[in-house]
Amino acid sequence: MTMFRTIRKVWGTDPRVDPNPLAYTILTVGAILYPIWAEISTGGQGDFLISVLADAGVYILLAMGLNVVVGFAGLLDLGYAAFFAIGAYTYAFLASDHLVVTPLHEAVHLPFWIVLFVGLFVAAAFGVILGAPTLRLRGDYLAIVTLGFGEIVPRVFKNLSDWTSGVNGISALDKPVLPIWLNGPWSGDPLEFVRNFKIISPMAFYVVMVLLLGLCVVLVNNLRVSRIGRAWMAVREDEVAANAMGVNTTRIKLLAFAIGAAFSGFAGSFYGAKLSLVSPENFGFTVSITILVMIVLGGMGNIPGVIIGSLLIYGITFLFLPALPPLAEEWATNIGLGGLVPPNEDWPGIGQEVQRLKFLVFGVILVLTMLLRPQGLIPSRVRQQELKKGVHEDQTIEDVNAETTA
Amino acid sequence: MVSSVANARTRLLAGSRGRLLNASLFILIAVAVIILATKVAALGPAYFIQILVYGFANGSIFALIALGYTMVYGIVELINFAHGDVFTLGGFISLWLLPIFGITEGGTVSGAGLILPLLAILAISMVACAVVNVAIERVAYRPLRHAPRLTPLITAVGMSFVLEGVMFLWRGPFNLHYPNVLPTAGIEIGGANGPAIGFKDLAVTAIAVVLMVALALFVERTKLGKAMRATAQDRDAAELMGIDINRTIAATFFIGALLAGAGGMIFGLYYNTITFDQGFTAGLVAFTAAVFGGIGNIQGAALGGLVIGMIQSLSDGYFDTAWTQVLIFAILVLVLVFRPTGILGMRVPEK
Repeated sequence: MTMFRTIRKVWGTDPRVDPNPLAYTILTVGAILYPIWAEISTGGQGDFLISVLADAGVYILLAMGLNVVVGFAGLLDLGYAAFFAIGAYTYAFLASDHLVVTPLHEAVHLPFWIVLFVGLFVAAAFGVILGAPTLRLRGDYLAIVTLGFGEIVPRVFKNLSDWTSGVNGISALDKPVLPIWLNGPWSGDPLEFVRNFKIISPMAFYVVMVLLLGLCVVLVNNLRVSRIGRAWMAVREDEVAANAMGVNTTRIKLLAFAIGAAFSGFAGSFYGAKLSLVSPENFGFTVSITILVMIVLGGMGNIPGVIIGSLLIYGITFLFLPALPPLAEEWATNIGLGGLVPPNEDWPGIGQEVQRLKFLVFGVILVLTMLLRPQGLIPSRVRQQELKKGVHEDQTIEDVNAETTA
Repeated sequence: MVSSVANARTRLLAGSRGRLLNASLFILIAVAVIILATKVAALGPAYFIQILVYGFANGSIFALIALGYTMVYGIVELINFAHGDVFTLGGFISLWLLPIFGITEGGTVSGAGLILPLLAILAISMVACAVVNVAIERVAYRPLRHAPRLTPLITAVGMSFVLEGVMFLWRGPFNLHYPNVLPTAGIEIGGANGPAIGFKDLAVTAIAVVLMVALALFVERTKLGKAMRATAQDRDAAELMGIDINRTIAATFFIGALLAGAGGMIFGLYYNTITFDQGFTAGLVAFTAAVFGGIGNIQGAALGGLVIGMIQSLSDGYFDTAWTQVLIFAILVLVLVFRPTGILGMRVPEK
């Protein structure tokens, strides 16, 4: 208790009431300390750990974008990975030798920094094309339309094999190049400025990612408190009332949809550059759901919550679950259930069985969060209030009775 | 005055735009039909009839799934994403029951010795799926009935993943072989090289039709069916009339899942292969069928299932299988955009 009181004095707010300042501080300090820790704890071999967090950054970007659509504007987008795919393929087309083997016969090599924004605008354009006719539909129809779109896009990329090499995907994409970069002892070089520096090392990717994320956090926060952000929340809570108050609901929803798509396209281009490979298998429904789980768990509408939710889910799906099988095998042997380890006809072995948990874990997280803590781990204050008081779409007789007799 | 003129102008603009869209849609459909017709003419009538037979069986299965979507949506206005996985569960449970009832591929039993256990398995799978679906409603949807609309939609997606996860843990990620136990005999039309209507095609369609007729009678004739229609129309008024809302909604989930469970077993018997996540695609296609027929409309869902099944098999037969699902999901998007009430749908008020 005294700790909280001290924090409150220094901070101005109590972290129990508003956890955001504390969360931002922890995230910033963590982002700076992480590479140092990674290098020291592995004795200078921390590239893998740093690369993992840079990959997680792509998911954080995606989650922040989806948060604009789902968390701010209250539109359920179940085909979010489609825009991710569009961004990644845009990068693949515009920054690799691939177009030589397509009917175009001419390679295009635009710089990373330009394609990043091309990807952003292409994805946003697709967002508008999909959103303009569909956003006047009811919320659950929108979910289905986006789900359908999310299924169409990867299949189209897979089927148009003349252009996209089908299931093989497109590989050997260009690496981003910085016009100028400072080399020094940290990269094992003498201290000097280099021109046309190729970003290959995980550390460089990490730095770029953290800077981009910082930029996006500021951007999204500004959006949230702006007139547009307040309009989104009004639309989320009661579209008819928002309309009556003079909010152009169709335009404001379209804007949320386009901004969400833009984030996804941006993240897609970055992902393509980082991985240097895109394939239609990487953009399925599971990706859309993974991102949805991230924002639902972290706290819809709250940016630090979304970031922490993304880190948690990324850790669970890409680090914890793949690492489980050996752990489970060891554990089973230790407690005398060694018989469970080897596979037989009906039983794939405990290692295999544990690895299959992903679907179940996702489902349980979604259901339990919605039932027990719909505001998420680190809730947005506005949303928490709304959920506590309850914003009902329609009141039943019981509710009215309860209100009149109370 | 000014605003009313402006309103009239926007309405006029919207009208002309609407007509333009309708016209372009009509041209699109006409072009598709003409291309199809030339292909049909090129490949001969025997092939065409065979494709129609497949389309009918296909459509019957989709119709069974679509009915569950449409009933649940009609009564609680929720897309039950878990419904497709309840359908898969029907296949998994019946697959597990088959050897227990002594039915194996290439087995010696036939006639009544085959049909009776199969019907028993069908009944058990149906009831098991129904119980699961009611449990899902109880756990994941009922507590959230008055929550913001997004909330139950997200738990529905979650429940779908839970079911997929359970089946994944149960039988693994592979395509499972479903025993081919139905007789392969069939009726050949027009000689040995003509199209054949297999026993399988007949059985699938017959079971689906029987179940759908039973459902229609149930909804039209029984008291519970009447309660369902009343609840779908106006929940509060129905409650005032003394209808137990919770029981009626649970019954809707129960009946919807009965049909989906039957669909799951029939799917296995017909295609002889099932996968833990087939319910996702099948569910989405069936939902397309439900929307196509007008969501909330039972006859519409049956008709929509048939149409989508036909489209699927025509596309598989005359075009490229790789593009079939793209085509169906494109139909889903287009129908929702241009005619969200479906071809037989009623107007659903915007809330």
